[in-house]
Order: sequence, then structure tokens, then C-alpha cells
Amino acid sequence: MSTSTVDLHDDPHGDDSVVDDAHHHHQHHFTTMEQQFDTSKIGMWLFLVTEVLTFGGLFVGFGLMQNRYPQEFIEAHEHLQRLAGASNTGILLFSSYTMGMAVFAAKTNQGAKAARYLWVTVGCAAIFMCVKAYEYTHKFEEGLLPGYFYHHKGDLIVGSHGYSTFFSFYFMMTGLHGLHVVIGAILLGWLAIRAKRGEFSHEYYTPVDLIGLFWHLVDLVWIYLFPLYYLIK
Amino acid sequence: MSTHHAHVTDEKAEARSYLLTLLALLFLTVITVGASYIDFGQGNVVIALAIATMKATLVALFFMHLAHDKPVNGLIAVAGFIFLGLFLMFDLLDITTRRDAIPQNLHAPVVQTATPAGAPAVPTAAPAAAPPAGTAPAPGAKKE
Amino acid sequence: MEHTLTHGTATGEHPKPEKNYLNETTGIWSWMTTVDHKRIGIMYLVAVSVAFALGGTFALLVRLALLNPQHTLFGKHWVDAEMYNRFFTMHGVVMVFLFIIPSIPGSLANFVLPLMLGAKDVAFPRLNLMSFYLWVLGAVLGITGIIGGGVDTGWTFYTPYSTTTSTGVTIMLMAAFVLGFSSIFTGLNFIATVHKLRAPGMGWFDMPLFIWGIYATAIIQILATPVLAITLVLLMIERNFQIGIFDSRIGGDPVLFQHFFWFYSHPAVYIMILPGMAIMSEIVPTFCRKTIFGYRAIAYSSISLALLSFLVWGHHMFVAGESDLANVVFSGLTFLVALPSGVKVFNWLSTMYKGNISFETPMLYALSFLVLFSIGGLTGIFFATLATDIHLTDTYWVVAHFHYTMMGGTAIAFFGGLHYWWPKMTGKMYNEFWGRLAAILVFIGFNVTFISQFVMGGRGMPRRYFNYLDQFAPMHMYSTIGSWILAVAFVTMALNLLGSLKFGPKAPANPWGGTTLEWETDSPPITHNFHDQPVLLHEPYDYRHREVTHV
Repeated sequence: MSTSTVDLHDDPHGDDSVVDDAHHHHQHHFTTMEQQFDTSKIGMWLFLVTEVLTFGGLFVGFGLMQNRYPQEFIEAHEHLQRLAGASNTGILLFSSYTMGMAVFAAKTNQGAKAARYLWVTVGCAAIFMCVKAYEYTHKFEEGLLPGYFYHHKGDLIVGSHGYSTFFSFYFMMTGLHGLHVVIGAILLGWLAIRAKRGEFSHEYYTPVDLIGLFWHLVDLVWIYLFPLYYLIK
Repeated sequence: MSTHHAHVTDEKAEARSYLLTLLALLFLTVITVGASYIDFGQGNVVIALAIATMKATLVALFFMHLAHDKPVNGLIAVAGFIFLGLFLMFDLLDITTRRDAIPQNLHAPVVQTATPAGAPAVPTAAPAAAPPAGTAPAPGAKKE
Repeated sequence: MEHTLTHGTATGEHPKPEKNYLNETTGIWSWMTTVDHKRIGIMYLVAVSVAFALGGTFALLVRLALLNPQHTLFGKHWVDAEMYNRFFTMHGVVMVFLFIIPSIPGSLANFVLPLMLGAKDVAFPRLNLMSFYLWVLGAVLGITGIIGGGVDTGWTFYTPYSTTTSTGVTIMLMAAFVLGFSSIFTGLNFIATVHKLRAPGMGWFDMPLFIWGIYATAIIQILATPVLAITLVLLMIERNFQIGIFDSRIGGDPVLFQHFFWFYSHPAVYIMILPGMAIMSEIVPTFCRKTIFGYRAIAYSSISLALLSFLVWGHHMFVAGESDLANVVFSGLTFLVALPSGVKVFNWLSTMYKGNISFETPMLYALSFLVLFSIGGLTGIFFATLATDIHLTDTYWVVAHFHYTMMGGTAIAFFGGLHYWWPKMTGKMYNEFWGRLAAILVFIGFNVTFISQFVMGGRGMPRRYFNYLDQFAPMHMYSTIGSWILAVAFVTMALNLLGSLKFGPKAPANPWGGTTLEWETDSPPITHNFHDQPVLLHEPYDYRHREVTHV
């Protein structure tokens, strides 16, 4: 068994980074760039699992409430605009594609191209939020609001709490999802600026890859959210 | 030279795989929206979730690279979904098998006979609510 | 395999270091911005110790309020039911969220895990620091809530009371939410570290069992805590916006809250006990000078405990309104989850059999753990069977059961581990006489406090009740006296440990003759942990050829 050749006291940049053979910097407690990248990826997947369980908890709550108020949920979901939802689905799927292409570009030393793909992804996020805002406005006008703010007229089962519960979950889930879209968009914009500056290459494109994974998760949540809320009878 | 060529071909293949995945996803979206206009009864939920899961799998395998990554990442991802599924399954097990109104505990409405100060007799409209499921009801037990 | 550990130095001898992780950089800013896992571990240690003292103070108040049926002290009324409700709630919230869950992972594991792996730090050092600051933020929110009068719902925040009570529930929920993320990030860090930062030559089954225990804990932290996060958010929203998910008056289901809450909180108790068991697997072989019995069994039982813990949460809700079918299913699964714990207890006992046992302070705590955790675990079985659960649930039997497991188990293991690794962390030896005395006092005080609670619970005394029948008065009094013995014991322990910092002799690198990698480096270690990258060349707990002497 051989010992590592890394001298533990070497810290030429004084920032706890260590220069390896190819002159790239990895943090001092790692021995190679590859080890650092693999570790970062595991860390991001673990974080994504926590997101799955957080959103999942809301999905479970929604599912159980749907079990409790089947009629009201079917009636309530008719108020959702299917076309808007489907468009948003398409937009997010396309943004996942541009995100994947951005990672690919960063990995193949095409920083400027990566930056362009990232900005397109941000643009998709912006369009998504605009469609969302349009949908929300419609809900506010109709009085289809969460909890005790609900004041829609004309429901079939008078006095039932199922309608307001549906919209409570609708706003909570799309709201939490929308928050993730906004956070993701901000991170992507930051990445685009860094990509344009040439900070990413075949040897180091970890942030693009990891935030890409986050963005795909945002897409994944919507992939389930859309049919459950907008489509299921 | 040949490795460079192979390298470029690999890159083209990777870029193409993203495009193909996107097209498959858009296609499935069209299917799921179309299916929502047809009433399959109980099957509605199953079909919608099945298609959603297919889309999710495509995103995970190709956009998120799980197909080509080290297996530990896929294991972590799958574990998350499995445990979420357990949460849902056990909750449904409880919620769908509750017997909120146990027949032995229902009895006829109480009718007020003597009314003080001229107030009209008001029989209770609904049957008495049962105690929560989980406690054994004694036969013929009165509601407290 | 060779049986000596080589440091593989290419340059020959290295000079005796005077600088270590404690004094290499000085000043409070260097501590507040540190990314050194050892310093973060020390900060966590101070933090959770303060939390323990705070939670313990509430416990003393709870017991004091119940000293006699008239609730008087020297003839004076000093507490009413309202205040009492807040005392036991704050005791629970502080102990669960600020002490027990973060204690071993944040302090001891943070310090020792990278050393045991032969690594220079955890996978994400800056995330480690952020975990600590999230703890601090959660503590600030919690203390603010306490100063604002606290909460009276019980630490379990059951609806509908928690959605309607006028006490400051929301800020407590925010505190728990933030603390949850502290826990998640710690778990995330440890999983990545164990996967990727092991020393060359250290496969999964060459790792010390402490690592297996912490790894299993981390799995639960990742999978369960997010559900707590969303539960607390839903409760906050329900409380402030009446969305109607948990409140039956507006169409909700209170039992749904309990499902959401216990999906996290049952696995959470395994977040609490697994690190304690992990420490046991270190202390027992060292003080018996014997290879641990059943390494793989203990490793697999740790993982299976982590996974099975997710399948049993309904046993907290047998009388809450769960369906009969769900009750039966959860009951059966709860029996199953008892098995891996039993496996471990038998393995530790088998390790001790024909071992060269000595009774230093860490070993006294380990022996206490064996007795107390076994009692705690066995008394839990009474809750797995539906028939007995109906009588014992929400009585003092529950209170005694979980104190035997959480305090007799985790807290005692924590103190054992603290004494075990104290020389490594501080470079000082504490006084062995006072250490043993404190350990014995803890054991005595603990049993006096809680055996009486088993008796009361079996006779029907409900938990969280301020008023009680005269027939329970003697038992309540014994329990309160026990709490005073415990207080004396903990003060003795604290003074001994803190006194060692000033008066204790310098500790050698390996005072106990341990075989794991942390004992191969200095006490206290240098900032980079090892002078040269260690390479593992022998099995863990290999005592066959080592010369070991007593301290």
C-alpha cells in the first residue's frame, strides 16, 4: 500500500487549496479534483433527496385530502387553466434541455456558449413565473384563495371545506415550487456570469453540474404537480 | 487523431441524447394532456402518475446523468422516492380503513318532549357521532 | 495483515509539535470563522452542554412542581397548572431539539469521525460551520420564545391545541425548523465524508463501528427531517391562516398532523440512540481489550435500525383514532424494530465475556448504558402490543420508558464518549476518582428518579398532569429527590471536566490503548489532524498483538 504523495503542509495560495499535477485547485482535505467532484455530487444528490421529501410531504397531504374530499377536489380543479399549466410544463421541460446543454458546453470548454444556454434557461424561468402570475391573478379575481380567504361563489357542495383546502394546497405547492424557480433562476444567472468569464472548463465545471441537478429537480416536481392538480379527474 | 474523432462523436452523441430526451418528454406531455380528456374512472390517477413517472425517469436518467454516473447517486435518489412512497402508503392504509361511524353506536335521534317556556320541541337531525375508531365499542353502549 | 500502523513518512522523524488545533490561531474571530471540524466540534460541545443545563433546569422545575400534591414549597404555592405546562413543554423542546439530536453528531462525531477515517476534515467544512450557525439561530429563536413565556402544548405540538393556544407556538416552530436544517446538513456532510474520504486501505468493513452508527444516523437525518420541516410549516400556516388540514372544525384531520409529526419523530429517536450505540461499540472493546464480537452484525444492525425505524411511527397513535388495520400493521412492525437493538446488546455483552475488563469512567458509563438502555428497550415492547398500550399510553410508563432510552441510553453514552475522548480533544486528563463518583451518582440518581415513574405509570398516573391523586404522592416525591441527586452528579461531572482544563495532567496520545486511528495522532491533534496521511494496515479493534497498559 503506498502513501499519498500530497504534502500536507503545502498551501501556496494560503486559501487551503492544493494544486495538483494539472495545476487545478482543490480543497486541502481532498487528494484529487475527481474526488472533490464526486463528493460534491453525492452532497448535491443528498440535498435533492431532502427536497423530494419536503415536496413529497405536501404531495402526501394533498393526496390524503383528495381522499377526504373527492367531489370537491374534482370540481375545484376545473378552475385551473389547463392550457397555462401545459405551457408551463413545456417551458420547464425545454429549460431542462437548455440546462443540460449548458452543462455540456461548460464541460467541453465552451464558456460563452454555456453562458448563452444558461441565460435562455433563466428566460424560461421568467416566462414560467409570468404565466404563473397570470394564473394567480385569475384565482384572486374568482375568490379562489387558500384557507379562510376563500370566497368563491357557486360551489356545488355548499359549506364544504374541500374547496378551500384544495386551493390551500394549490397555493402552497405552486408557491413553494415558484420560490425554487426564482432561487434557481438567480443561481443560474450567477453561473452565466461566471461562465462568460471563463471560470469553467473540462477540469472544473462542478457548480454548473450541481445547480443543473437542482434545476432538473425543479422540473421533476412540476412533472408530478401538473397532472395531479391540473389533469386528474 | 482517432481518439479525438471518437471524442467528438461522443460529444455529438451526448448532445443528441439531450434533444431526444426533450422530444420524448414533450411527446409524453401531449399524451398525458390528451388522456385527461378521456375518463378512465379509477384509472385516471394511475395513468397520469404512470406517465409522470416515465417523464421523471427520463429526466433523472438522462438530464441528471444517473444512467452514466456512479451508482451511489442513483441509490440515493431511489431511496428518497422509496421512503416517500412508504409515508404515503402507510397513511393511506390508515385513512382508507377507518370506520368513523361504527353502526352499533348509532342510535335514534333524541326528541325533546317537555319544552320549558313555550320553546318548540327540536329533535336532533343527525345520528349521534361515534367515538373514534380504535376503541372497542360495547354492544348496545350508549353514547356519553 | 501486519499489525502495526505505519505513518509512511518519507522524510523520517518529525519534531514534537507545540502547535495544535487549539492554539494554532487565536482570537474569537478565528473560532467564529473556523472550518476545522475539531473546533466546530468543540463549539457544538459548549453549545449542547449549555442546552443540557437549560433543559435540565426545566426538568428540575417540573419535578419540583410535583414534589407534593399541594404543589407547595416550604408551604408556599409557587406554581400553577399553566406554568407547569410550560415547564414540561420547554423541557421537552430544549432537550429534544437543542440537546439530544445535535449532541453526539455535532460535538463528538464532528471531532472524531474524520480522525477515525484518517481524513483531514469532513467533506464540506464550510457547510459544517453553517450547520453550527443554524443551531445557534435555532437556539436564539427558541430562547426568544422561552423569554416570551414559552409554549404549553407539549413538545409534540398536537393539534388542535397547538393551532388555538395563545402561547408563542409560531416562534418555537420556527426554531425547530431551523434546527432541523442544522441536523440535515450535518447528516449530509457525514454521508459524503464516509463515502469519499476514507484513508487508503480502509474499506467499508475496516471502519470503526462508531462510523457505521453515525452513518446510519445520517441516513435518517436526510430522509426524515425534511418531513418535520414541512410539518412545522403546515402547522404554522394552519395556525395563522386556517387552511383546514389539521383542524376538524374546518374540515381537517388532527390525526393527519400526528402522522406527519411522527413520521419524523419516530426515526428521530433513532437519530438519538444510534450515535449512543456507536459510542458503545468504541468504549466496550477498548476497556475489555478485546476485539468486538460480531462486527458485521453490529454494522448491519445499525443500517437496518435506520431503515426499519421509518416503518413504525403509528405506534404513537394507537389510541388517537388510527384504523384497526393500521394499528395491527404498526404493532407487528414495532416488534421487528426491537430486534437490531437486541443484537447489539448481545454483541457488546459477548465482547465483555472473557475480556480484560477495567472500570475507568468511560466504561462505567458504558455499563450504565447496558443496564439502563436494556430496561428502556424492554419497557418499550409494552407499547408495541396493542392491548397493553391502551392502558399504558400517556401514563408515566411512557415517560420512564423514553427517559431510560434517551437519557439512560443516549445521554449516558454521550457522557461516556465525552470522557473517552476528552484527553484527545483537550490534551488533559480529568480526575479519575471524581469522574467515577459522578458516573455512579448519575446511575443512582437516574434510577431513583425514573423507577418510581414506572411504578406510577403502571398504576395509572397520567403524564403531563399537574394534579395527581394522593396515592401517587410518595412516588412523585422519590422521583423529585432523584432529580436532585442527578443535579449533584452532573455538577460534579462538569466541575471535574472543567477543572481538568486548568489542573489536569497532560494526556498522552493514547491513554486507553485504543486501536482506532484517532489514537494514532497527538492529544490534542494538530490542525491538519495527521502529520502524514495514515494508511490502514490492520482490522479495527485488533487487540491480538498490541501491548496495552492501564492508565
